[in-house]
Amino acid sequence: MSNVKTTEVQEVKFTKDMFEIIGKDKASYDKIVRPSLTYWADAWRRLKENKLAIVSLIILLAVVVMAFIGPKMRPWEYDFQDFSAINNGPSADHWFGTDELGRDIFVRCWEGAKVSLFVALVSTIINVTIGILYGGISGYLGGRVDMIMMRFIEIIYSIPELLWVILLMVVLGQGLGTIIIALSITGWGGMARLVRGQVLQLKQMEFVLAAKTLGADTSRIITKHLIPNAMGPILINLNFQVPGAIFTEAMLSYIGLGIPEPYASWGTLAQRGTRMLLIHPYQLFFPALLICITMLAFNILGDGLRDALDPKLRK
Amino acid sequence: MEEKKTLIDVRNLKKYFNVGRGLSLKAVDDITFYIREGETLGLVGESGCGKSTVGRTIIGLYEATDGEVIFDDMNIAELKKDEKKQFARLAQMIFQDPYASLNPRMTVTDIIGEGIDIHGLYEGKERQKRIYELLEIVGLSREHASRFPHEFSGGQRQRIGIARALAIEPKFIVCDEPISALDVSIQAQVVNLLEDLQEELGLTYLFIAHDLSMVKHISDRIAVMYLGALVEKAVSHELYDHPLHPYTQALLSAVPIADPAIERTRKRIILEGDVPSPINPQPGCKFQGRCSYAEDICRKETPELREIKPEHFVACHLVK
Amino acid sequence: MDNPKLLLQVDDLHVSFDTYAGEVKAVRGVSFHVNRGETLAIVGESGCGKSVTAQTVMQLIPMPPGRIKKGNIFFEGNNLVEYSDKEMESVRGKDISMIFQDPMTSLNPTMKVGKQIMEGLIKHQHLGKSEAKERAVEMLKLVGLPNPSKRADQYPHEFSGGMRQRAMIAIALACNPKLLIADEPTTALDVTIQAQIMELMKELQIKLDTAIILITHDLGVVAKVSDRIAVMYAGVIIESGTSDEIFHDPKHPYTWGLLKSVPRLDRKQKERLIPIYGTPPDLFAPPPGCPFAPRCDYAMTICKDYHPNKFNITDTHYSHCWLHHELAPKVDNKLAKGGAN
Repeated sequence: MSNVKTTEVQEVKFTKDMFEIIGKDKASYDKIVRPSLTYWADAWRRLKENKLAIVSLIILLAVVVMAFIGPKMRPWEYDFQDFSAINNGPSADHWFGTDELGRDIFVRCWEGAKVSLFVALVSTIINVTIGILYGGISGYLGGRVDMIMMRFIEIIYSIPELLWVILLMVVLGQGLGTIIIALSITGWGGMARLVRGQVLQLKQMEFVLAAKTLGADTSRIITKHLIPNAMGPILINLNFQVPGAIFTEAMLSYIGLGIPEPYASWGTLAQRGTRMLLIHPYQLFFPALLICITMLAFNILGDGLRDALDPKLRK
Repeated sequence: MEEKKTLIDVRNLKKYFNVGRGLSLKAVDDITFYIREGETLGLVGESGCGKSTVGRTIIGLYEATDGEVIFDDMNIAELKKDEKKQFARLAQMIFQDPYASLNPRMTVTDIIGEGIDIHGLYEGKERQKRIYELLEIVGLSREHASRFPHEFSGGQRQRIGIARALAIEPKFIVCDEPISALDVSIQAQVVNLLEDLQEELGLTYLFIAHDLSMVKHISDRIAVMYLGALVEKAVSHELYDHPLHPYTQALLSAVPIADPAIERTRKRIILEGDVPSPINPQPGCKFQGRCSYAEDICRKETPELREIKPEHFVACHLVK
Repeated sequence: MDNPKLLLQVDDLHVSFDTYAGEVKAVRGVSFHVNRGETLAIVGESGCGKSVTAQTVMQLIPMPPGRIKKGNIFFEGNNLVEYSDKEMESVRGKDISMIFQDPMTSLNPTMKVGKQIMEGLIKHQHLGKSEAKERAVEMLKLVGLPNPSKRADQYPHEFSGGMRQRAMIAIALACNPKLLIADEPTTALDVTIQAQIMELMKELQIKLDTAIILITHDLGVVAKVSDRIAVMYAGVIIESGTSDEIFHDPKHPYTWGLLKSVPRLDRKQKERLIPIYGTPPDLFAPPPGCPFAPRCDYAMTICKDYHPNKFNITDTHYSHCWLHHELAPKVDNKLAKGGAN
C-alpha cells in the first residue's frame, strides 16, 4: 500500500475529442533546444563572471591603448630635453615629473610601454610557436625521437634561463633585435613540455584514432586535432609567459644589458630611476608601478583564464 | 544460395605488447577467422580479452606482431604508406566511447566531412549536400550540421560516428563495442540502424561486443574470445542453442533475462574469480583458473580450435 | 495509514539546476517509498533524473547550482531536507550508504582499501583502530574477496574492476546501514562480473536485512533482484508496481517500449528489436503535457496539453497515462510484455 500523497489532481474538463489518438511526433525527434555555445563562447561567458579577471583585462587594454596615445597627450617627444626643468617632481606640465636630462617621464613611460610590450609580445609569440611545434612533434612521434628531443631540452635547461639570456646578450651585443632573439631562444622549453604532455594524452583519444583510420596524415592530425584541443593550456601558458618576458627585459636593462639609449623601456627607466631613488623617488616610482600593475594584471587574468578554459568546470 | 566471397581472412594473428622488464602482454594470441561479404561476424568477450586489439590491428591502427590479414586479396601488413590511405576507403571503424570519439572542437559538418576532405571526394556545395545526405541516412537532420558534439546525447553521437565512417563509402566496418556505452533502449536504435545500413549498402561488419544478448540480433556467425584466444566459433543460432565451451555457457548464463519468473527459477553459472592478466599467462588452457571442469590435461596443454560439428569450432579438451 | 515497515518516503520532490541557459528541471515531482529489507529499482534512460533523485536523498547535490524546489524526504520519520550538513554527516555511511557506478573513481587511490572501510567504522561506531581493522577484514570476507587480510593492506589499483566494486560494497555496508543506494553499480562491469555482483548484493541484503534502491537503465538486471520497480522518464515517475506487475502486466507505453527494446536470449534469433525512436525532452524546456507524448504511438490530443493524472491499477500498481481514463480508447499491447507470452 503506497503512502504516497497524490500529486495535485488537475481541474480539467474531459471531452471525448481530447482522447483521439494522434501518435508520435517525428518532427520533434532529436530536436536541440539549447542555444549553441562553442568552447570559446562558453569560456568567455565563464571569464566574464570573474570580475577581477575582467578588471585585469581592462587594465591591460588600457595600458596598450595608453602606450599609443599616452605620448601624444603631451606636446613633447620622449627624448626632448628641457634644461629648464631638470629633476622636477610631478607637476601640471609634467605629470610624472622629469628626469636628470629634463625629459618628461610620463611620455617616456608610455614610449617605454611600447618597447617593453613589443619585446615581450614578439618574443613570446616566437617562443610559443617554437614550443608548440617542438612539443607537438616530440609528443606525437614518441619513442626514441621523443626521448632524444626531451633530453635535449633537459640539457639546455640545466643552465637557468636567465643565465642563457645574459650570455646571449653579451655575445650578440645590445639592441632591440638582440633582446628579442635572446628571449625567443630561451623561453620555449616550458611550452614545449606542456604541449608534449597534452599531445601524449590526446593522441590516445578515440577521435584521433578515428582521424588516423580515415587516412589523415601526421600534419593534419597535429594541426586539426591535437593543437586545437590543447589550445586551452597553451593560451594560459602564453598568458603567463608575457609578464615573464617583461620582467626579464626589465632585469636585463637594469643590469645594463638591455635596450640602449635613447630608447626607453620600463627597465631602463627603472634603472635610471634607481640612481635617483633617495633624492627623487618619483623617477623610479612610476615605471616600477607600471611594471607591477601590468604583471599583476597578467597574472590575475591568467588565473581567470585557467578557470574559464578548464573543460571539467563546464556547465 | 550462392557462396559469397570471403572479404576478410585473418590467419594466425598475433599482437603482443612490450610492457617493459621483458614482459609481454599477449593481447591477441593466434587468432584465425574469416568474414564473407555482406555478413556480420560477432566477436564477443569480456574486458581484457583482446577483442578491441583484434579490431584495431585489422584496420591498421596497430601493427601485427605476426600473422596475416588478407583483405580482398591484399595483405594489410605489407601495405605501403599511400596504399594505406587507399585501404582507408575500404575499411572503417566505429568506436566505443561516444564522448571521446568526436573531436570536441569540430562541428558535425567538419567531423563528417573529414574523410571527404582527406580523399578529395567532393567540394563546396556538393560536399555540403553529401554531408546532409549522410546526416539523414543516420536519422539526424540538417540543423544538426553546425552544432558541436557536446550538444548531443550518446546515441546521437554514435550516429554521427557512423555517418563519419560511411562518408568515404567503405565496404567493411569494424564496430568496436559501439553500443556498450549506451542505454539499453538506445542500443536498439543503433543496432537497427546498422542492420538497415548493411542491407541497403551491402556492408560487412566485424561487430565487437562484451555481451551476448545484443550481438545475437545482428550477427550471422559469432566467435567467443578469452584472454587473446578464440574458444568457440559457430553460426549464431547454433552458438545460442548449443554452446559447447564452458566459458560460452557461463557468458550466456550471465546475461540477465527481463522476466522475473524465469530469473527466479533459472540456474545460473556464476564464474569464480576474475579474468587473469594477459601478461605472461600460464601454460595450458587459458580458462583453467575459472573452469569448473578443469582436469590435468587442461593445465598442461593448450587446446586447439577443432571443428566438432559442421561450422562449429571449439577449443576445449573435454568436448568430443 | 501507518506502515510500520516504512523506511524511506520521498514526497513530491522537485530538484532543479541553475545553468547559463536557465533552469533545468531535473526532478519534477517524484514520490516513492521504500520498506525495510526490500529492493526498489528505479529504472530509466540517462538523463531521466534517477541519479539526481538518489543523490538528493543523500544530500550530495551541490547547492548551488542545484536546489530542492519543493518536496520532503522522510527517513524513519525525519525529514532529511531539513537536516543541516552536520546532521547529514551522521546519517551518511551509518544509516544510508551509497555505491556508485565507476569503481575506478569512487575509491581513494592513495588510501589502502582496509583503511577506507575503517573510516566509517571509526567515525560512526566509534571503534578503536584494531577493532575497526578486524571488522574491515571481516567485511572484505563477507563480500567474497579471497585473502581478505592481505587485500585490506592493498591499494585500489591492485584490485580488478569487479573486486573494486566489492570493496565499495564492503565500505558501504560496514556500519550496517538500513538503506543502500546503488547507482548503476554494474553498468561499467563485464557481464560475468555483473552477475557475481548482483548475486552478492542479494545475498547481503538477506543477511543484513538492508533495503536497497537500485538505479539502472537496464530492465534485465532488475528482474532477479527487485521487489518493486519505479519507471522514471524526464524527471517524473510514470509507472510503479511490484516486479511481477511491471514485467507481466505493464500499463504505460514507455514501459512497453523499454521491454520491447531489451534483447531477449530466450526468443528467436535475429528477431528485430523495436526501439523507442527519438530522444527524451531536454529538461531545460520540459513540455507541459506528458513528456513521453512525442515518442508515443498512442499519444492523444490531451497528452500534449496536460500531464497525466495518477491512475491506480491495483493497490501496489499505478501509472501516469491518459490511456487509463474512461474516455480513452482501449489499447492492449501484447507484444510488449516481458515474460512468457
